[in-house]
Amino acid sequence: MAIVFKKTRGLTDVPTHYCPGCTHGIIHRLVGEALEELGVLDNAIGVAPVGCSVLAYKYFNCDMHEAAHGRAPAVATGIKRVRPDNFVFTYQGDGDLASIGTAEIVHAAHRGEKISTIFVNNAIYGMTGGQMAPTTLVGQKATTAPYGRDEAHCGKPIRMSELLATIDGAKFVERVTVTSPAHVRKAKKAIMECFKVQIEGKGFGIVEVLSTCPTNWGYTPEESLRWLEENMIPYYPLGNFKRPEEVE
Amino acid sequence: MAKVLMKGNEAIGAAAIKAGCKYFFGYPITPQSELPEYMARELPKVGGVFLQAESEIAAINMVYGAAGAGVRVMTSSSSPGISLKQEGISYIAGAELPCVIVNIMRGGPGLGSIQPSQTDYFQATRGGGNGDYRLVVLAPANVQELVDLIIEGFDIADQYRNPVMILGDGMIGQMMEPVEFREPKRRDLPEKDWATTGTQGKRKPNIINSLYLQPEELEEHNKRLQAKYKAIMENEVKVESYNIEDADVVIAAYGTTSRIARTAISQLEEEGYKVGLIRPITLWPYPYDEFEKINPNCKGILTVEMNTGQMLDDVKIAVKGKHPVYFYGRTGGMVPTPNEIIEKVKEIYGGEK
Amino acid sequence: MAKVKGRVTFQEDLCKGCGLCVSVCPVNIITLDNEKINAKGYHPATVTDMDKCISCANCAMMCPDLVITVERLTN
Repeated sequence: MAIVFKKTRGLTDVPTHYCPGCTHGIIHRLVGEALEELGVLDNAIGVAPVGCSVLAYKYFNCDMHEAAHGRAPAVATGIKRVRPDNFVFTYQGDGDLASIGTAEIVHAAHRGEKISTIFVNNAIYGMTGGQMAPTTLVGQKATTAPYGRDEAHCGKPIRMSELLATIDGAKFVERVTVTSPAHVRKAKKAIMECFKVQIEGKGFGIVEVLSTCPTNWGYTPEESLRWLEENMIPYYPLGNFKRPEEVE
Repeated sequence: MAKVLMKGNEAIGAAAIKAGCKYFFGYPITPQSELPEYMARELPKVGGVFLQAESEIAAINMVYGAAGAGVRVMTSSSSPGISLKQEGISYIAGAELPCVIVNIMRGGPGLGSIQPSQTDYFQATRGGGNGDYRLVVLAPANVQELVDLIIEGFDIADQYRNPVMILGDGMIGQMMEPVEFREPKRRDLPEKDWATTGTQGKRKPNIINSLYLQPEELEEHNKRLQAKYKAIMENEVKVESYNIEDADVVIAAYGTTSRIARTAISQLEEEGYKVGLIRPITLWPYPYDEFEKINPNCKGILTVEMNTGQMLDDVKIAVKGKHPVYFYGRTGGMVPTPNEIIEKVKEIYGGEK
Repeated sequence: MAKVKGRVTFQEDLCKGCGLCVSVCPVNIITLDNEKINAKGYHPATVTDMDKCISCANCAMMCPDLVITVERLTN
């Protein structure tokens, strides 16, 4: 009688506050499993900035910093520069990383900071109740884009993975999703590989995870997975944009 | 201890390293850029890290990270740059993190000028960020005191787990004076067992945080902060006074402005005027009690600042209406001269001596 | 190839009734129990025919709330 799947030690026993069906929960689990399986959990320091996932500082079973909106990569830089032997990661939403925090993520990558970023893109501001984000799709409705995002008014959504892949200091950049077991397994593989890039001291790594927001999209959890696949993946193509030559 | 002739901005760097600070995150801005330049040269020599951030906002958040990871860390800037750091400073105060923040003030508001000023007094002592928080604010008048306050500032920060701000101005940052690096008074500093160093499987996770979604919890947290501030007010006030017991007029001034006032006072004394000086060194906690010692029938207190009257409010609070309070100031980067102060004192005297 | 048998256990009170596990079960043995309300006030997910479970862990893969533990029963 063998256990094939059980809760990872990488997460605490605090039940999450996320809405039913929000895939933050899956992504948290993958990060917790990766930290545990790579043997860095007890040496990890995470940074959770403002957003739905700010409370991740209660969910990850390691030392955590809560950070100001958009500033996690700078906080993580400060931690890693004074504690280079610790494993340092940030867990950020799209409103955080792709809007107020664009300078911080670009410069952390540009400096090749040896930190790892999990970038959860759900094309909306969740915690504050469904406002438009820089990643909101053209035509997608949000409380601050009630008629749907209008490209003429506020441009097209920003593709952060492609942008960051152009930066030399970024050694690993991949976009994944978690809308099916197969996708979840692929996402786990990417997160593991991204974390290894830090462990091997190669430089900055980021995994962008397309994620759902049933509550603010106005769909059921199940419908949200399909909506993501049919609308977000075409605009945000999945795949690896950069990896170091050989990661053994 | 041999004295060394050093420029204020560089002396700050040397003092910080002497105090065991090995980490500095900064950004260029006149008139303090010599400090990050000094740290860029010197920190690698002591196994430390200097990093130029992409903005003052990033720099203060790097300080937040490093301080939360348990090391002595510093940043510096000048007025507009310090404005950019305010949110970060509020987070640092809320998360109770020790660090030293240097503001070499310049003329404002807005882009202002690059000459010296004292126009950030309110921002420093009343808080430029959100929430009921306080910074310990230290105001050196010369480069030796600047060095002493930097070194002691790190101890105060660690003892109380609170950010400490050194409030200098363009003059003190740019001028050179002989200094020596002395040991501060002994303090027993608490262990940083709250810092994030990785649980190593031996303890529960440490969390650096200022978020309390339950109002009851945040109110409790604020009570703890207020208790800390009360202890600081009781134990850390620093002030220097000269001849205030029997002076006819007392000048209140801090930082480099107080030295201009001293020149004015010595000239006035030669002409037979009895003039005193109160020089707050801690702008927070402010030395309100010192004003009780002023000669009861003194004609008035003249506050002199390089702004349009900010410490003036604290002087009025301290004097409690017992004496008339006057003000003389220059701003925009202009520096008051001794003669201007002498004229103002004579005016208060009303002609007879 | 002998049929792999498995068993899943649901920590009912952690479940938010989101249903993400229901559609990914290859043998369709998971449903939301509409007769029951858990501590959070949701209809918790439950297994109707444990015997069919092949311990593929698809359900656990998709669960955002760590409700599911999967065991493989060696026959």
